[in-house]
Amino acid sequence: MAKFTKKKSSELPAVNTASLPDIVFMLLFFFMVATTMRETTLKVENTLPYADQVEKLDKKDLVMYIYAGKPSSRYRSNFGTEARIQLNDNFADVSEIQQFIYAEREAKREELVPFLTTALKVDEETNMGLVSDIKQELRKAEALKINYTTRTGKASQNLE
Amino acid sequence: MARRSSPEVNAGSMADIAFLLLIFFLVTTTIETDSGISRKLPPMQEEEVEPPVIKQKNIFQVIVSRNNDLLVEDELMELGELREAAIAFLDNGGGVGEEACDYCQGARDPESSDNPEKAVIMLVNDRQTEYGTYIAVQNELVAAYNELRDRTAQRLYGKSFTKMEADYDDVNYRGDKERLKEQIQEIRDMWPQKLSEAEPKSN
Repeated sequence: MAKFTKKKSSELPAVNTASLPDIVFMLLFFFMVATTMRETTLKVENTLPYADQVEKLDKKDLVMYIYAGKPSSRYRSNFGTEARIQLNDNFADVSEIQQFIYAEREAKREELVPFLTTALKVDEETNMGLVSDIKQELRKAEALKINYTTRTGKASQNLE
Repeated sequence: MARRSSPEVNAGSMADIAFLLLIFFLVTTTIETDSGISRKLPPMQEEEVEPPVIKQKNIFQVIVSRNNDLLVEDELMELGELREAAIAFLDNGGGVGEEACDYCQGARDPESSDNPEKAVIMLVNDRQTEYGTYIAVQNELVAAYNELRDRTAQRLYGKSFTKMEADYDDVNYRGDKERLKEQIQEIRDMWPQKLSEAEPKSN
C-alpha cells in the first residue's frame, strides 16, 4: 500500500507541452507554402484602391507588373515627391514602358504571348495623367489586356 | 538482465527553433493581392478613320473633374447614385421597331438609350483626377453591367452570371461546359460592355 501513497503528489501536474512543436511546425509549413516572395523591391508607395467587382488573375507567370506612385520616403531626396513609374527594380520613364513590354514578351514562350496581361499597381493618390500616359504607351505596344489591381472592399472607401 | 534504454535526444529546444522559423516566415509573407478590374484597351487607331456617329441620346457621359467631383450628364452626382443611374440608362430600351429591346425592363424613355447594344458609357477624366476616384467610378460602372447580366442570367438560366462564370472556370463542374460557354457569350452579347474612355483633358 505504501507504494501507492508515495506517488500521490499534492502539486498540480505540469501541462504537457510535447505536442507544441507539432503545432508550431504545422503553422510553419502553412506559412512556408503560402508565402510568395516578392520578386521586386517596391520603391514607390503602393496603397491600392478598393473595388468590389474584381476578377482574379490566375496565371502569375503571365502577368507583367507596372508599379506607379510617389517614391518611398528614403528615395524622396533623390527622386522628389512627384509620382513615378517603377519597372522591375528601377524607376523608369513613361517612354521606357514599350521597351519593357517587348523585353517581357521576348522572355516568354511565343504561344503564351497573346495571354499576357499587364497588371497596373498604382497608388490611389496618383493623378490620372500618369495612368493615362501608361495606358497610351501600352496601346502603342499593343499590350491591350490590362488589370487595375485593387484591394477588395467597398469602392466608396476610395473617396475618404 | 535489465534492458538498457538508449538516452533520449533532448527535444526541448525544437519548439524554439520552429518558432524562430515561423516568425521569420510570418514577417516575410506578403499575401499578394492579385485581383482587380480587368479591362481591355482599344487598339491604336489611324488618324484618318472617322469615328462612327453615335446619337446623343445613346451616350451616357460621366465626367470626373480635377476635384474628384462626379458629373453625370452635366449634373453633379454622388458616387452611390451612379450605379442606379447607369442601370437606368442601359436598361432603358427606348428603341422602337428594329431597335426595340425585349429583355429591357427600364422606363422606355425615348430621350434615353435605344437598346443596350447601342448604349455607350463615356468616361472622361481630368489629368488631375485621383486614381482612387477613377477606380471607384470604373467599379460602379462595371457593377452596373454585372447587375444587369446577373438579372438576365437569373431569368434565363436560373443562376447569376457571376456563378456561371465561376462554374465555367471550375474544374469540377459537372454540367455541359460547351453549353455554358454559349450561354455566357449570349449574355455578354445582350449586355456588351461599351465603356469608352476619352483622352484626359489637361486643363
